[in-house]
Amino acid sequence: MSTNYIGKSVKRVEDKRFVTGKGNYTDDIVLPGMTHGMFVRSPYAHAKIKGIDTAAAQQMPGVVAIFTGADLAEVNGVPCGWQVNFKSGDTMKEPKHPLLAHGKALHVGDPVAFVIAETREQAKDAADAVEVDYEELPAVTNPAAGVQAGAPLVHDEAPGNVAFDWELGNPKAEVDAALAAAAHVTTLEFVNQRMAPNAIEPRSYIGAYDTTSDKYTLYTSTQNPHLIRLLMCAFVLGIPEHKVRVVGPDVGGGFGSKIFHYTEEALITWCAQKISRPVKWTSTRSEAFMLDAHGRDHVTKAQMGFDANGKITALKVHTYANMGAFLSTFAPAVPTYLHGTLLQGLYTTPKINVDVTAVFTHTNAVDAYRGAGRPEATYLLERLIDLSALEMGVDPVELRLKNLIPPFDGVTQPGYQTQVALQYDSGNYQGVIEKGLAMLGYADFRKAQKEAAESGKLLGVGFSTYIEACGIAPSAVVGSLGARAGLYEVGQVRVQPTGKVSVFTGAHSHGQGHETTFAQVVADKLGIPMEDVDIVHGDSDTVAFGMGTYGSRSLAVGGSAIIKSIDKIVEKGKKIAAHKLEAAPGDMEFANGKFTVKGTDKSLSFGDIALTAYVPHVYPADLEPGLDFSSFYDPTNFTYPFGCHIAVVEVEQETGKVALKRFIAVDDVGNVINPMIVDGQIHGGVAQGIGQALFEGVEYDENGQMTNASYMDYCMPRADDLPMFETGSQVTPCPHNPLGVKGAGEAGCIGSTPAVVNAVIDALWSGGHKVRDILMPLTPERVWTAMQ
Amino acid sequence: MHLEYREFLGTLGSNSNSVYMGNKIHVKVNGKDHQHEVEPRLLLVHYLRDTLRLTGTHIGCDTSGCGACTVHMDGQAVKSCTVLAVQADGASITTIEGMANGQLHPLQEGFHQMHGLQCGFCTPGMIMTAADLLSRNSNPSEGEIRHALEGNICRCTGYHNIVKSVQYAAEKINKEVAP
Ligand code: FES
Ligand code: FES
Repeated sequence: MSTNYIGKSVKRVEDKRFVTGKGNYTDDIVLPGMTHGMFVRSPYAHAKIKGIDTAAAQQMPGVVAIFTGADLAEVNGVPCGWQVNFKSGDTMKEPKHPLLAHGKALHVGDPVAFVIAETREQAKDAADAVEVDYEELPAVTNPAAGVQAGAPLVHDEAPGNVAFDWELGNPKAEVDAALAAAAHVTTLEFVNQRMAPNAIEPRSYIGAYDTTSDKYTLYTSTQNPHLIRLLMCAFVLGIPEHKVRVVGPDVGGGFGSKIFHYTEEALITWCAQKISRPVKWTSTRSEAFMLDAHGRDHVTKAQMGFDANGKITALKVHTYANMGAFLSTFAPAVPTYLHGTLLQGLYTTPKINVDVTAVFTHTNAVDAYRGAGRPEATYLLERLIDLSALEMGVDPVELRLKNLIPPFDGVTQPGYQTQVALQYDSGNYQGVIEKGLAMLGYADFRKAQKEAAESGKLLGVGFSTYIEACGIAPSAVVGSLGARAGLYEVGQVRVQPTGKVSVFTGAHSHGQGHETTFAQVVADKLGIPMEDVDIVHGDSDTVAFGMGTYGSRSLAVGGSAIIKSIDKIVEKGKKIAAHKLEAAPGDMEFANGKFTVKGTDKSLSFGDIALTAYVPHVYPADLEPGLDFSSFYDPTNFTYPFGCHIAVVEVEQETGKVALKRFIAVDDVGNVINPMIVDGQIHGGVAQGIGQALFEGVEYDENGQMTNASYMDYCMPRADDLPMFETGSQVTPCPHNPLGVKGAGEAGCIGSTPAVVNAVIDALWSGGHKVRDILMPLTPERVWTAMQ
Repeated sequence: MHLEYREFLGTLGSNSNSVYMGNKIHVKVNGKDHQHEVEPRLLLVHYLRDTLRLTGTHIGCDTSGCGACTVHMDGQAVKSCTVLAVQADGASITTIEGMANGQLHPLQEGFHQMHGLQCGFCTPGMIMTAADLLSRNSNPSEGEIRHALEGNICRCTGYHNIVKSVQYAAEKINKEVAP
């Protein structure tokens, strides 16, 4: 088959509307008669709500309705989508997460009342007039502190604030014995700090209700409209799914934070029915900082043991994972099945034990944030191995190479079975490291570093390798691990009578460029121009079903579903063509948009067959008219992208300021459909990972107040903080999906953070500062202090 | 005039008894004249988005820290969330919707060609800020571009391709003006 599009950097189809200001984000939408909502939110992290007085607010101009927790006592809370059981077998603690707080507020920003008015300003004025009588109670924000005896309790039903505990890998006794016998053990206690996702479009929802048809519509800035519909209808509001349309229009970035079913979505939908008018709520940035589910927040102790030859003999990990006050949609999966299962990394470590304690605190919920668990696992491994190299006085690259899993293609050689449940699909881990070293010019760098050190300059290089489990996921596997949903994807391909093609995908694009990438695939497979393909997503009324976009799954799972439908179209097309050409279907072949009788020049074009399918005058008797197929694709395994990231930094002795000089990312994401888009994904991920290393981090004070909930206080990576990135790629196709793709959305964010931190530590050691670790983000103050 | 204001917001209900002290403003937006009675606290960004329904100008924050709302006021880039609509009285405003003039502006083309956008939410603000830079400095260095865009946050692109997009536009503009 010829490929006109696959593998090419086709410019994006979706750009035109965005560069001209014609995007259609939720907050851009105005419905007739639309009202505006504003929340009254708890200013305390933990408080008893003794009373709410809405009388004055009710009298304010433009007020339509005010709801409080008492009005919703009968309504369910938002559910958690993933169940992890205690080691004892008991079910995790899953306290109700009400749409409005009732009786108690459990984190700053917990919604206490919802005020609906004719205009946004009126809603705001009236919300300010709602009087709430609070009794402030002591709060706990740190997960390691949360489990201590006497810590303030978040939920009565979760003693010790433990949501669940969980263990994976080899028996702890075996790992302990291996550590005891090791020639060298490196121990590191650290915090993987809490991150605010910061999609630049704040979350926005519009709920509407049509009294005559009894139909609800929710416009939502979401990464998975169907999942929101399922959770909201079946678990929260108890309304029939066929009466609910959920639309995720243009969405301004997600990074995980728009996967989850938020209380506001369900509340607004509920309110629209109560007042029989549309209701809009758009988060402010302050609300986004406080309430968009955060990421990371692990307090970890990890130990890595080596034999006398530098071979890793054991890895032992304990993590306190902060859940926040409530279990968000995927939260339990993040520190467990997306973190513990990745602790093999790229190394042959024979004994691994990971133990996780998930802890409730009086803070915002923590859930998947770009990479979700995998960045935490990678950070842990790559910091440990780098520190081990420094402590043992060996080269950090050599130490990695010595412990690397050898190459395997997953076809002629089996997949690699890890100690922590997963089986890697295919890999050539040496390849990405060697490529990265060549791009860096390692030997020259070490020379330059030495010279710099002699003149008092601190240059450093940091390496990291990573592997991630993407393309989530085989439903049976995730089901056995606690997922309460399947994780297949749906792809419908509708060939129109004129041979033009509409594709309906359950994946959702919020920056990934599906309208382009998917069209490239479909156009090539059908041998038609890309302009003849339209990709439709984000509307539960037009797309049959879908699980949405996260975990770098769109192409690996969603693309595969589309391929399945294309295969069905080609098969049916062959029957139609065979009939018209008076040949046997088995003698037909399809290539480059033509159905041909093998070995002859008798052929019909794709367009001819499309028309015949809809105007079936000369048509097989046993065949239905039409050319429209829908498929569900459930993968057989995760996909395992991997790579090597390298950072070069200079640390200013006098100030501790870190300047990022170079950043090299070599990623193997399997086959690539659009290199330009893949590079863009890597760039964005790398910037976020660098952000975690150097700039970002949510901070709570001892009362549970977030002290940096604005762009003045939370340091985002900005254009002048970053260099141009150097990307390199390698291709090891995924052996188990039809496109051979692995996924590229999270890679950048997983590999980059430890590379940067390792580079800073390397720079400090080059100047004789034997610093083992610095708490992220590595601000000038922290780096300077570490040097003293 | 109050009736007119209500019509524009399309929202004031029967239980409203507020009386707005009307402030009449005249503004030219993307070459078109507009006159409206506005509330004194109304921000320019809300005037553009809600009253004129020009929704290409976005709101990404509440502390003038993200730049998503950047427009041109009398030829200069301003964050429209820091300007009151009444302060724009008599001004000429250009928004992203006014940038293409028959064909895409070189920056719009540059962002498309160089993949300078992903989700597109920061893009209008980026383009307006970059246009301001190029009007002052038609041949900026990488460092100057990064410095100029420092008030605009993009979470998607890591800025790499945004810098390239601006470089593309600068080159194109310089070629066009060269004899
Ligand atoms: S909305 Fe104006 S700077 Fe963020
Ligand atoms: S393209 Fe999404 S924030 Fe810039």
